[in-house]
Amino acid sequence: MSKIHVNTTVNGDEVEYLCDPRETLLDCLRDRVGLTGAKEGCGTGDCGACSVTLDGRLVCSCLVLGAEAEGKEITTIEGMATGDELHPLQRKFIEHAALQCGVCTPGILVAAKALLEKNPDPTETEMRYWLAGNLCRCTGYDKIIRAVMDAAQEMREAS
Amino acid sequence: MALDSDTQKFKYIGTRPDRPDGLDKVTGRARFGADFSMPGMLHGAILRSPHAHAKIVKIDTTRALALKGVKSVVTRADFPTGLTGEDWNIQENVMAGEKALYDGHAVAAVAATSALIARDALKLIDVTYEVLPHVTDVDKAMAEGAPVIREGAADYSVPEGLHPNIVRYMDSGRGDLEAGFAAADLVLEESYKTEAAHQGYIEPHACVGQLGADGKGELWCCTQGHWFVRQMCTAVLGLEATQLRVTPSEIGGGFGGKTTVFIDPVALALSRKANRPVKIVMSRSEVLRATGPTSSASMDIKMGMTKEGKITAASGTFRMQGGAFPGAPVDVTTMLAFANYDIEHVHHIGYDVMTNRPKQAAYRAPGAPMGAFAVESMLDELCRQLGLDPIDTRLKNAVKEGTRATFGPKFPPVGLIETLEAAKAHPHYATPLGPNQGRGVASGYWMNWGGETSASVAVGEDGTVQVSIGTPDIGGSRASMALMAAEAFGVPYENVRVNIADTGTLGINEPTHGSRATFASGLATVEAAKEAIGKLCKRAADKWGIDADAVTWEDGFAKPSGPNAGEYPPLSIAEIAAEMGSTGGPISGHFESSPDGFGGSFGTHIVDLEVDPETGRSTILRYLVVQDAGKAIHPAYVEGQFQGGAVQGIGWALNEEYIYGEDGCLQNPIFLDYRVPVASDLPMIDTVIVEVANPGHPYGVRGVGETGITPPLPAVANAVRDAIGVRMTQLPLTPPRVLTAIKGRG
Repeated sequence: MSKIHVNTTVNGDEVEYLCDPRETLLDCLRDRVGLTGAKEGCGTGDCGACSVTLDGRLVCSCLVLGAEAEGKEITTIEGMATGDELHPLQRKFIEHAALQCGVCTPGILVAAKALLEKNPDPTETEMRYWLAGNLCRCTGYDKIIRAVMDAAQEMREAS
Repeated sequence: MALDSDTQKFKYIGTRPDRPDGLDKVTGRARFGADFSMPGMLHGAILRSPHAHAKIVKIDTTRALALKGVKSVVTRADFPTGLTGEDWNIQENVMAGEKALYDGHAVAAVAATSALIARDALKLIDVTYEVLPHVTDVDKAMAEGAPVIREGAADYSVPEGLHPNIVRYMDSGRGDLEAGFAAADLVLEESYKTEAAHQGYIEPHACVGQLGADGKGELWCCTQGHWFVRQMCTAVLGLEATQLRVTPSEIGGGFGGKTTVFIDPVALALSRKANRPVKIVMSRSEVLRATGPTSSASMDIKMGMTKEGKITAASGTFRMQGGAFPGAPVDVTTMLAFANYDIEHVHHIGYDVMTNRPKQAAYRAPGAPMGAFAVESMLDELCRQLGLDPIDTRLKNAVKEGTRATFGPKFPPVGLIETLEAAKAHPHYATPLGPNQGRGVASGYWMNWGGETSASVAVGEDGTVQVSIGTPDIGGSRASMALMAAEAFGVPYENVRVNIADTGTLGINEPTHGSRATFASGLATVEAAKEAIGKLCKRAADKWGIDADAVTWEDGFAKPSGPNAGEYPPLSIAEIAAEMGSTGGPISGHFESSPDGFGGSFGTHIVDLEVDPETGRSTILRYLVVQDAGKAIHPAYVEGQFQGGAVQGIGWALNEEYIYGEDGCLQNPIFLDYRVPVASDLPMIDTVIVEVANPGHPYGVRGVGETGITPPLPAVANAVRDAIGVRMTQLPLTPPRVLTAIKGRG
């Protein structure tokens, strides 16, 4: 099967790759672009570990085909910090011990950032429903929610 | 070594610094199992049985091998023969022999130049099956006429005349049950069932294996214990143990399910044939169909109680299926079922039963939650019928130091009473409940574990400290090790680097299992630090020309031990380290043992929930975990263990179950249908850390990882009983089941 040539933008950088039509965006990010921060936890869009944004919209990259990235802007966990300065969400996750094994963390951070861009002052319930598509099996979500609330407050105060 | 943490003054222990691997894990930089690749690497894929039970008549791999890009195919014929015991069980589970024993059982594997080609090649492997009758239910598997999974699998403990699927039998107890029940004012009997639940780690199993014709190999994988992986892989493949070097990746959850192997020997076998490294990454469906889960259980309980609330006697029969192999953790279930309480007359019977399901794997406190569900449900019912407070009643029967445990020995210092008192005093217990709401209380126990442990510390040339341990960091344990090393050396936390060493670097380490990492690797780190400190003191003594005994170590400095030792300015660890090359060479410390001073951890949970009378759905309103940590090294990660255990238990109680069809195939092998708790299902999980120091650890640590999943099953069931007025005896308490119970109450 012949491969498809894709030109796209990942975390602000122009990227091109050849992909099989069956490969997902997640496969392409991990195996073609070399960014392994997004994880495959299920491959069926149920766990959110592969969360990225596609033209600013939060998606499960396992449910997007690699070929669909043509001409699009993708951001991943690798694009979240600015140089050596962590995003407030990243700092707060460390500070609140909001991760244990850490494999769901990239997806949750990407999803939480997308939430705060839409709604800088979400209630706890809004956060819990927004993040309901991101499974974490270690923490019971308590410290994750606290970290997101704390980061949101800090970001509101800074703006 | 017995030090009471209550009297120790700590500088670092008990603080909450950032974890050392935090930056890697919030930036996507941390390398988990599937993130590792090798030059020249092939991709492997595994063909799995679509039948619950079938004879494998023939496997023809000709068409697959002919596909361009396919480099090797393996079947059981590529594995050595003559294995026995658990080695054979693992080999048989990793690659089926004469029969496929469950839906998802591996029958062949392919390595190809891409994952897509490997998957295409699986469709070209022709397997001829002869489908056999199957059984997936534990009670049905024990009944006369049930299909036999494997003749001759039973061990010596099974009495004659029982079904061949019953492979272990246990019978233990003490006292006079008849007299005990006669002394009771109320005796209840009930049967309970729990379904299999999967560990549900978010990271599927993944590995890269490289094995040469010379029998030397390397393996990178996500695992809780790489020495276990080494032992299992080398046994399954007929290699010498130390010729395989295993390096663990970061691990994306395990909960016991990553203490064994599924794909690793297959990758190595494919690699040996292709002479190239092979990567295998499981899909979620493969994880659910062919790894884990825990056992399902069917249990009969009888308990007697006086009207004052004293338990007079208790007996239980526990039937547990561990899939198509021996190993259901019924020994632990029988050991711990009544372990919370001081009971004079007690009796347990246990059955380990084989069915056509995947080989069960350890899952957080393996065996304990099922028994706790049955016993704590019945205790709640006794309290209810006698009009007694569930916490006061537990306090009346709670074990303490010196109590003869229901499983035999006397308890060392334990904290059950302290957790009950803290739960009773917590505002949660006094919060008023509304309509359709209920409150449940339950206690639970995990005895914890020590296990083979080997650790090293080495002082760097600048006076910083490197710690090498063999227990993968699954939940922040690098932070705990760094805190303990900082405390022991008297150096800043940031000056400690903790490395998870590969199998080529340390002696054997058991996995991060049994809630042992902070206890055992922590103890070994502290003891290794003491050895290094002895050497640091010796260097100072030599410099000063005094006896090594006349030097003490304080807060990172060598000092003369008193006025008689002489007057010398203290020497810092950095000053001694800067000269160590010319004063005797590198300074390090090492420690190894199988420490047996692990202290068990008790916990008590309170849950409030509301049941929707129209749908039967339960919503958790409030949740409290109180548990004994001995000494919380990094309290935030201790709380995290409490919260995570509670939520896994809530999932097991309310949603999670293996659902098998009439065909014996798993019907819910994706996360959409195997529903683990999500953020919107839950409130905050409140925690109270009780600290009853463990005399077996230099800082008083008790493992905390597993106890937390034991009380939620009964606590949730007791709360549902409180809310709807009907006792539910089968988990999970799904909305349809609860709705049926509500409708049936009349």
